[in-house]
Amino acid sequence: MIHLKETEAPPGAFPLEVRGLTAAYREKPVLWDVSFTIPEGQLVGVVGPNGAGKTTLLKVVMGVMRPAAGRALVFGRPFEKARRWVGYVPQRGSVDWDFPTDALDVVMMGLYGRLGWLRRPGRREREIALQCLEKVGMSEFARRQISQLSGGQQQRVFLARALAQDARLYLMDEPFAGVDYRTERAIVALLRELKERGRTVVCVHHDLSTVTEYFDRVVLLNGRLIAEGPVQEVFTRENVEAAYGGSVAFAGGG
Amino acid sequence: MPEILHELVFDYTIRNVALGSAILGVAGGVLGCFAVLRRQSLMGDALAHATLPGVCVAFMLSGSRASVWLLLGAAVSAWIGALVILAIVRGTRIKQDAALGIVLSVFFGAGVVLLTAIARSGAAGQSGLDRFLFGQAASLIWPDVVTMGALAGAALLAVAVLFKEFKLLAFDPAFAASLGYPVRVLDVLLTSLIVVAVIVGIQAVGVVLVVALLIIPAASARQWTDRLSVMVLISALFGAASGVAGALISASGANLPTGPLIVLVATGIFLLSLVTGRRRGLLWSFLRDRRAAPEGLR
Ligand SMILES: Nc1ncnc2c1ncn2[C@@H]1O[C@H](COP(=O)(O)OP(=O)(O)O)[C@@H](O)[C@H]1O
Ligand SMILES: [Mg+2]
Repeated sequence: MIHLKETEAPPGAFPLEVRGLTAAYREKPVLWDVSFTIPEGQLVGVVGPNGAGKTTLLKVVMGVMRPAAGRALVFGRPFEKARRWVGYVPQRGSVDWDFPTDALDVVMMGLYGRLGWLRRPGRREREIALQCLEKVGMSEFARRQISQLSGGQQQRVFLARALAQDARLYLMDEPFAGVDYRTERAIVALLRELKERGRTVVCVHHDLSTVTEYFDRVVLLNGRLIAEGPVQEVFTRENVEAAYGGSVAFAGGG
Repeated sequence: MPEILHELVFDYTIRNVALGSAILGVAGGVLGCFAVLRRQSLMGDALAHATLPGVCVAFMLSGSRASVWLLLGAAVSAWIGALVILAIVRGTRIKQDAALGIVLSVFFGAGVVLLTAIARSGAAGQSGLDRFLFGQAASLIWPDVVTMGALAGAALLAVAVLFKEFKLLAFDPAFAASLGYPVRVLDVLLTSLIVVAVIVGIQAVGVVLVVALLIIPAASARQWTDRLSVMVLISALFGAASGVAGALISASGANLPTGPLIVLVATGIFLLSLVTGRRRGLLWSFLRDRRAAPEGLR
């Protein structure tokens, strides 16, 4: 078993703090004046209808997109100074799964940040990547071309890649979208393990019926911030209807 | 056939043509893999056509037919084309495919006009410029081959050094950005290397056909492997083989133009790969499906 040096996060600062964030694509505003704070060691669901700006929120947090106003702080600093503590799971549909590469190779990409320029992944990186694949139950598929994996297996490869990053804060974009039951259970178990190890997970989520089961806190979003806080307090019929505009099949606590 | 091999070694012209064609095959094959995987094949085509006005302007300014000047003009012109494409996509609502079409036709049109103007003016030595349209491998002289080799060598070195970064950029640019890679810079760099591959090819194959050497060897190589590194090597090999074979067929007395022959050989390799390619060739998938199908379904 190879143990990585634990990446230490600066103590005392919130993993994620968003202040008055406004973002737009050209003239089209997508997020308005969004503010919230995520405490450490929590599983946080980001919930809202299609086009609510959930993916955009992650992009702005990671500095991939510049906000029109406001800012996001990660462990109390701008993202550029905190990225080594952040792991990212993009939406599965955002890449071409027909790309000529295999599962192990994709997971090793999670180690590129630590490798830096010029250095290539070697045996050590392969072993770490294999361990990460094992954690998501995918070690037997290490050498499988990625197009030959099912949607759920592809999602688990992405999660393994994020595990390889050994981050303190994980940003995940719809990891539960279109996965089989087995993958769903594997992801839930993984989220709980991360929480036990004191990691913070911010997870864009689309399935209202599982929000209370999977998450400690929820961010309800629809362009504007509708509500944010502990699931029991905030995930109410009233708030969900405010986010989705009208009646929805609701299985929450309130 | 042995005769042509003998000439390959001892005949100055044939050696230059074959070597130059091999170099452009390797450069196009390697960079083409990234262009194809990033769905930028047509970008290569637009930039190839965008080199033509640069070639003409360089000739008018320098009055020289030395390939170094003409290729420099070609590079500058293709670069401007790339910037215009970027500006159109970023600054307007016009989508990338339309932007590519605009740049391709406007630059190529301007190039043809300049070419005609130069021909009319009867400038000394103008007769050579229209070789950039369809290429004229037979006119390659040793300094051309050296220039092509140096350009291709630099591009291949850059790919070798930045292989892991280019792979990540091609597969998952959003993740690359989250890791802190300067995605825009890498993107511009990779596009510039594709321009270099185009520049290497235009003298021999011409601006109209050079894109074939980016797309066809890469698409062929993809049929044989599921690993990017192997795909790049096979693609380079296919590109070089097409180049040399095209040059030799052309030199063997058929009196056919080299550039189009290179493209035809590459297409032959592609068809063969499409049918028999070990990873995704039609023949193997057919056999696999048959084997996998339960008895009753056969
Ligand atoms: N690259 C882009 N260019 C222009 N508009 C975009 C882009 N990406 C997303 N949008 C728009 O921004 C809005 C929010 O998108 P997104 O953040 O992806 O929503 P969500 O992830 O919540 O479904 C949508 O209306 C979408 O059409
Ligand atoms: Mg989204």
